[in-house]
Amino acid sequence: MSDVSDNAELPNQPVPDTGKRDLEYYARILEEARSIKGTSLWQDAWKQLKRNRAAMVSLVFLILLAVLAFFTPLLPLQSPIYQDIEQRQLSAPSFSAIPLYPESIFENDEQLPKLSNESEIASRKQEILVTTLWNNPGTVSQWLIKLRLSVFGTWSIPSLCGTDNLGRDVLSRVFWGARVSIIVGIVATFVSLLIGVSYGAISGFMGGKVDNIMMRIVDVIYSVPFIFVVIFMITIVKEDQISAVLEKWGIDQIKVFFIMIGMIYWLTMARVVRGQVISLKNEQFVEAARTIGASPTRIIFKHLIPNVMGIVIVYLTLTIPAVMRFEAFLSFLGLGVEAPDVSWGLLVNEGIQVITPIKTYGWLVLYPGLTLALTLFALSFLGDGLRDALDPKMKNK
Amino acid sequence: MFAFLLRRLGWAILTVWIVYTVTFFLMRSVPGGPFDGERQLPEEVERNLLEKYNLNDPVHIQYFNGIRDIVANPIGEKFGPSIRLADYNVDEVIAQGFPVSASLGIFAMVFALLLGMTSGVISAIKRNSALDVGFMAAATLGISVPSFVLASVAVIVFVFWIPIFPAAGWGELSQILLPALCLGAPFAGYIARLTRTGMLEVLGQDYIRTAYAKGLATRRVVVRHALRGAILPVVSYLGPAVAGILTGSLIVERIFYLPGMGSHFIEAALQRDYPLAMGMVLVYTCLLYVMNTLVDISYGVIDPRVKVE
Repeated sequence: MSDVSDNAELPNQPVPDTGKRDLEYYARILEEARSIKGTSLWQDAWKQLKRNRAAMVSLVFLILLAVLAFFTPLLPLQSPIYQDIEQRQLSAPSFSAIPLYPESIFENDEQLPKLSNESEIASRKQEILVTTLWNNPGTVSQWLIKLRLSVFGTWSIPSLCGTDNLGRDVLSRVFWGARVSIIVGIVATFVSLLIGVSYGAISGFMGGKVDNIMMRIVDVIYSVPFIFVVIFMITIVKEDQISAVLEKWGIDQIKVFFIMIGMIYWLTMARVVRGQVISLKNEQFVEAARTIGASPTRIIFKHLIPNVMGIVIVYLTLTIPAVMRFEAFLSFLGLGVEAPDVSWGLLVNEGIQVITPIKTYGWLVLYPGLTLALTLFALSFLGDGLRDALDPKMKNK
Repeated sequence: MFAFLLRRLGWAILTVWIVYTVTFFLMRSVPGGPFDGERQLPEEVERNLLEKYNLNDPVHIQYFNGIRDIVANPIGEKFGPSIRLADYNVDEVIAQGFPVSASLGIFAMVFALLLGMTSGVISAIKRNSALDVGFMAAATLGISVPSFVLASVAVIVFVFWIPIFPAAGWGELSQILLPALCLGAPFAGYIARLTRTGMLEVLGQDYIRTAYAKGLATRRVVVRHALRGAILPVVSYLGPAVAGILTGSLIVERIFYLPGMGSHFIEAALQRDYPLAMGMVLVYTCLLYVMNTLVDISYGVIDPRVKVE
């Protein structure tokens, strides 16, 4: 904050009478103004957030989760897809170490016996491992997996969380599922952000009839039970012929799925942004921009949107858990992520499928469910903290 | 009031029509029909089947016929025969499933309101006590745990490990209790937080101090004076809550094998049972609309300052 007594002295200075001294005088004021450092909204918010212990713990947890999810291929986990039904079906959590793969994995390969050069054999073996133990990894993941193979070799963490009905390691699947669940959360939220903010901003800025019509459309969409329409759309996209067409365009199912979820969650965002824009657009700085001749597009995207960012971020942190929950919900119903991809919702569903009155396999539901719940818990705590920090008026709501 | 209801009815009809149209064209835009199974049907049989379900007309005729049936036919014959459940009319399936879903939803809602408001009021009165922190942590947990995780864990714990509830079935109170609790839990959490915020706001106001100054007991001040003002955010949340309970019932009915509408709907959508899916969607839309209107009206009843328009 500025020191008030400094400024108070200024009028007592001898009044400058020539143009040169005038300049000097203003230069000095400018100098002084530069030396004063205000706290921006963001610094202030960060300070507030740091004081909120629950939010900070959640933030650390979420960052840790994101880092672990990103480096999952590098971690010495077991294969998320390798099946061993005979020996390891539904085995309970244990600490006994298990090699990453049995030697028999190389037996059926046709190329391997033909190779004589040792380095060729090694690279072929690695190739076999990458393609059979992991589900179609991307370039970065492949690189990380190779690094993991050379660092940890065949050693892997024991099945601390048990195995599922196909003998796959649950711990590893929870980690790989985290990647899908987190990416869905981020991408779908980004889609909803894009639609919601532009829609709301345009509607609020145009005002009048356009605003009226655009908001009526939102009202109507609001009262549609959207989940049902989504279920229809997903069944359509999953249809073989349609997915073949989409594949040609380079859009796979999971991308369609992201976009679809994003397309549902923009309504609230649009309303909030519209309200904010309406109150902002009569402010002087917008009028000034208009006087200079800035185009409406420029005013919306350069002047209005940066000013609604605070409230948008608050809604963002509330949308991410909602989206993740929705993904889990759909995957649980068998409409979302499909095997061999994994996500937390899918894992819980697989766990439920094998429950019988004779025996329950609690670990199958417990661990993925617990991770999902913890993540959502952390996200909502962080969201509350951010809201208190960025928008004091909404505190405790 | 009458004008309000009339306008609402107008919007409802528009919404139902939009939902009908969107659903209709979404379903018809899927290549292949409901009869393209693994087994190739003889041409004759397929033609007769299509005839039975009015699927051999051009699409626009089907569209208008569907509307005509819904508008003109009496309740009970609006949607024609179901494809998947070949012996039933869609209306019969809905008539069987609706009471189950409705009672599940009502139980869940009542539970959510009772638990949520009670704990919210206690939290607000005993602000910053251990009880308050505990309740609010539980509420946040309830909001963030997805209902299917909760329901699955509940099945494992209360049905298999400590067998106090039956696993499935319908008709007795013990069979409805566990699913209703699982379905209502997230909403209870949300309502608790809303009530707490509302109470805290109201308890600081002058008229509450006046009430205390008159010598009223705490209990009477809270129940008669404070709660009425604090409850408004909860009432306006009821609309979204109803929508959420409708969605959540899909999951809960599936986990507990309840013979409600939700389980039929998913199967209908997946297996392209056009008439059944359409019937379900329209019933859900109307339900949502009616509930939202009721919420708006009750808002005006509770707070006389709010005019229903």
